[in-house]
Amino acid sequence: MATATDTASTTATHHADESVGMSYLDRLPRRLVVIYLPLAVFVFVLLFPFYWMTVTALKPNVELTNFTDYSPFWPQNPTLRHIQYLLFETSYPGWLWNTMLVAIGSTILSLVASVFAAYAIERVRFQGSRWVGLGIFLAYLVPPSILFIPLAVMVFRLGIYDTRLALIFTYPTFLIPFCTWLLMGYFRSIPYELEECALVDGASRWQILTRILLPLSVPGLISAGIFAFTLSWNEFIYALTFIQSSENKTVPVGVLTELVRGDVYEWGALMAGALLGSLPVVLLYSFFVDYYVSSMTGAVKE
Amino acid sequence: MADAVLARPAAPAAPSWGERLAQSRGLVAVLFMLPAAIFLFVFLTYPLGLGVWLGFTDTRIGRSGVFVGLENYESLWNDSIFWLSVFNTVLYTTVASILKFGLGLWLALILNERLPFKAFIRAIVLLPWVVPTVLSAIAFWWIYDAQFSVISWSLMKLGLISSPINFLGDPNNARATVILTNVWRGIPFVAITLLAGLQTISPSLHEAATLDGATPWQRFRSITLPMLSPLIAVVMTFSVLFTFTDFQLIYVLTRGGPLNATHLMATLSFQRAIPGGQLGEGAAIAVAMIPFLLSAILFSYFGLQRRRWQQGGTD
Repeated sequence: MATATDTASTTATHHADESVGMSYLDRLPRRLVVIYLPLAVFVFVLLFPFYWMTVTALKPNVELTNFTDYSPFWPQNPTLRHIQYLLFETSYPGWLWNTMLVAIGSTILSLVASVFAAYAIERVRFQGSRWVGLGIFLAYLVPPSILFIPLAVMVFRLGIYDTRLALIFTYPTFLIPFCTWLLMGYFRSIPYELEECALVDGASRWQILTRILLPLSVPGLISAGIFAFTLSWNEFIYALTFIQSSENKTVPVGVLTELVRGDVYEWGALMAGALLGSLPVVLLYSFFVDYYVSSMTGAVKE
Repeated sequence: MADAVLARPAAPAAPSWGERLAQSRGLVAVLFMLPAAIFLFVFLTYPLGLGVWLGFTDTRIGRSGVFVGLENYESLWNDSIFWLSVFNTVLYTTVASILKFGLGLWLALILNERLPFKAFIRAIVLLPWVVPTVLSAIAFWWIYDAQFSVISWSLMKLGLISSPINFLGDPNNARATVILTNVWRGIPFVAITLLAGLQTISPSLHEAATLDGATPWQRFRSITLPMLSPLIAVVMTFSVLFTFTDFQLIYVLTRGGPLNATHLMATLSFQRAIPGGQLGEGAAIAVAMIPFLLSAILFSYFGLQRRRWQQGGTD
């Protein structure tokens, strides 16, 4: 207990926002123990699974289960065999394509609907707009795990069971509330005076939205867009429930249900599948880290 | 919609009927709200109601059911597996949320320090949250393998244990394992959002307190925590909600086993409804989650209100 408390309190000492704060009062050995050591442990634990995923994907099958002759931490004879198997002997490329289509489709659909809704709530200020805003927030809190059964029934009745359309139509249930909430916050940060000028000059609401507000909101739109894309790329329970045939599956569902056959686990191929399936979102994330972080913290802070 | 809004007057002096309509707030608002509203009513509100209705019927896959009243709930009431899943869910949520909060806050405080490569560290720390849960869970599945686990191997090399740990085969081990995996995935979210809050606390408050002779622990208790508490309420509400309704991790790692020791309400609901075909019963389990979720939301909502008022903030 003593160590945990001590560390927490010491690290709370200085808030190096822009200024130096009081950190110059700390000596290096102390910083080493209370800051760098815990940080190293955190980073190691948080990143090790990804390292392990990569290493396993590159190991030949012999090295996977033989820890006595080969070091488990490094592939002695790295091979692309698993990735080759994945890309040319399974339906994996098709799953990637499906996931991409579904994620892009549902993101565009949600963004369009959310821009209009956020504009109406935040700027048209109709009667009861505050309650609609609250309703949007509550809609975001409805988890997919309590919606998937009735949605499965609906998807079946609508005749879109086992199609990509089923996912494109159901993902906006959590994307629209999220994007609307995020864009409401963004629109609020844009000075209203700009729109008043345009209103005085005789612009219509539509013109204000498309010519003034949207060009100014590009960063907000990017944030909402990449976040929505990531959320739909990662979605699992709807894709697992609504999709039956192998050629319509998304990456998470396909890897889990098709690459595991009976008792034979193709660990190399499984890891390669996990690695390749994570790559698109990780790349997107690495290009837009700041947008990503701002949308995550923004959605919470409002 | 576009036509009505884009309609322009022929002469500025006499606004046409169409233009006055286009300028009326109510109609404009309705038109703008329409796409989102239709979507959410059809695919969110209606299914929510349908789910409650299904819970009162004996619907199965391929056969529409009839109203059976509380029969599903009565059978769940006497179903020990259901109660086990409730216990598991509460345990999973409580332990995981506390750990996520503690470790996340700790990581946030560390990241708030002056560090070399801070932006880079912050970016890679968030990775567990960005990567699809199912795919990272598959990596954990291999890390927790009964025979070839790298953790067991390392501990055996260090001489700490003599035989491999049975991570997912033993009920209590499995519970601990899935909870820790959930914590692994949740720490970055808590840490990064709390870090954003920490950065808004002015260093001068800490300097003033230090001059007055406050110890580091006192400053943490009386400055950092109160300034952060509104954000903590929101972050933890989200965290509790998503932990309580978790499905993916369990489905990948254990599918509820061994001996239903890790079945959460969400996974039990899926198992009964989709592979089991009992849509009515599955829906009833899902509906049984709603009271817990509502109480979590209300708890944090009222906690939040009080804090804002304490700080003299608006709303």
